[in-house]
Amino acid sequence: MPSLKDLKNRIASVKSTRKITKAMQMVAAAKLRRAQDAAEAARPYTERFNAVMSGLSAAAEGSPSAPKLLAGTGSDDTHLLIVMTAERGLCGGFNANIAKLARQHAMRLKGEGKTVKILTVGKKGRDSMKRDLGDMFVGHVDLSDIKRVGYVDAQGIARDVLNRFEAGEFDIATIFFARFENVVAQHPTAQQIIPAKFDAVDGASESTNTLYDYEPDEEAILADLLPRGVAVQIFSALLENAASEQGARMSAMDNATRNAGEMIDDLTIEYNRSRQAVITNELIEIISGAEAL
Amino acid sequence: MANTVQFDLVSPERRLASVEATEVRIPGADGDLTAMPGHAPTITTLRPGIMTVVAGGSEDDYVVIGGFAEITAKSVSVLAESALPRSEMTQETFDRMMEDARRELEKAKSDVQNEPGPVDDAVRLMADMVAVGSKIGLDPKQSNFG
Repeated sequence: MPSLKDLKNRIASVKSTRKITKAMQMVAAAKLRRAQDAAEAARPYTERFNAVMSGLSAAAEGSPSAPKLLAGTGSDDTHLLIVMTAERGLCGGFNANIAKLARQHAMRLKGEGKTVKILTVGKKGRDSMKRDLGDMFVGHVDLSDIKRVGYVDAQGIARDVLNRFEAGEFDIATIFFARFENVVAQHPTAQQIIPAKFDAVDGASESTNTLYDYEPDEEAILADLLPRGVAVQIFSALLENAASEQGARMSAMDNATRNAGEMIDDLTIEYNRSRQAVITNELIEIISGAEAL
Repeated sequence: MANTVQFDLVSPERRLASVEATEVRIPGADGDLTAMPGHAPTITTLRPGIMTVVAGGSEDDYVVIGGFAEITAKSVSVLAESALPRSEMTQETFDRMMEDARRELEKAKSDVQNEPGPVDDAVRLMADMVAVGSKIGLDPKQSNFG
């Protein structure tokens, strides 16, 4: 049975933990708002871009001169997995879920006899995959100094990926990130970015049906835009990820705060009981002492 | 026919403008063009330059770098790699952009020895940047970039 003093300390410590988790939750809520705004602001660009690209690529697909970024290298032996996770922990299953999806993917590809290479963005995912997939790592992008992901960061990653592609290091690239659904639900997602696939978004039909003039010509535009498409997709994944991270952290910290509260209640009851027990004991001692006289 | 077009200027990070415009002057890769209502559907890539939007009698200037424009009879959507209202374009920002362009050029020069393509592109980018600078009265701090 812990002594009164122990219990008291314990309660104090849980209380301060609760304070911390509560503060983290509020910080995450504020950051989430900002991350959501950023994701919102990027959406028009991404949607337009995809709409134009789906029209362009539909036209170019199948033609022998289609750029490699669209048509692929012709084989699918080497896969590059770009795994995007957070730089910090304490956000529930966020990092673990993305890493799990990437791991399943890597194992399946390996089972099929493909070569798998992994590029990690964010150190948490790297740490959790290092033990069993460490030999597949080909690079790491550190975003820990960056407070808010900007398009330049996505461009940096895209440039790295494109350079590798041009050097023939891989055939297919897939990004792994968590799609933000709401504060309690973030879905780890795998999305292939090279060869490029552009989903025809709603409202795209109008632009795909229109016959456009192209300046310079169609192929030049496609060649110019495809590398940008990689950056755009990485950027929107980064933004989704940032929002998901904060959402996950917010609900994790909310749970932690609630648990701490319950713990404090339990401990307080225990404390009161043992305090009462001590008093009762003392009384018994006094009474039996008095009776003995 | 309506005499305005829906003009949208978006960069990956934000939406800069969404107005009904009567006229949009676009720095296309193959030369400047002006989009007015009823323009033939066109997709063009952009070179660094200044885009002018005429809406309700007033003109707004934007500095755009890279990206492309999608023009239809009823709308003009510009998806710029990076874009700034001209008023936000300060010497400082411009210096940073110039610095990036210069680095790009150096990199192209050192990476590619026998192919003129990338170097030419980078030189053109620099030239466009300098032109933008002189047009809006900022010092490119660079007289000779060959």
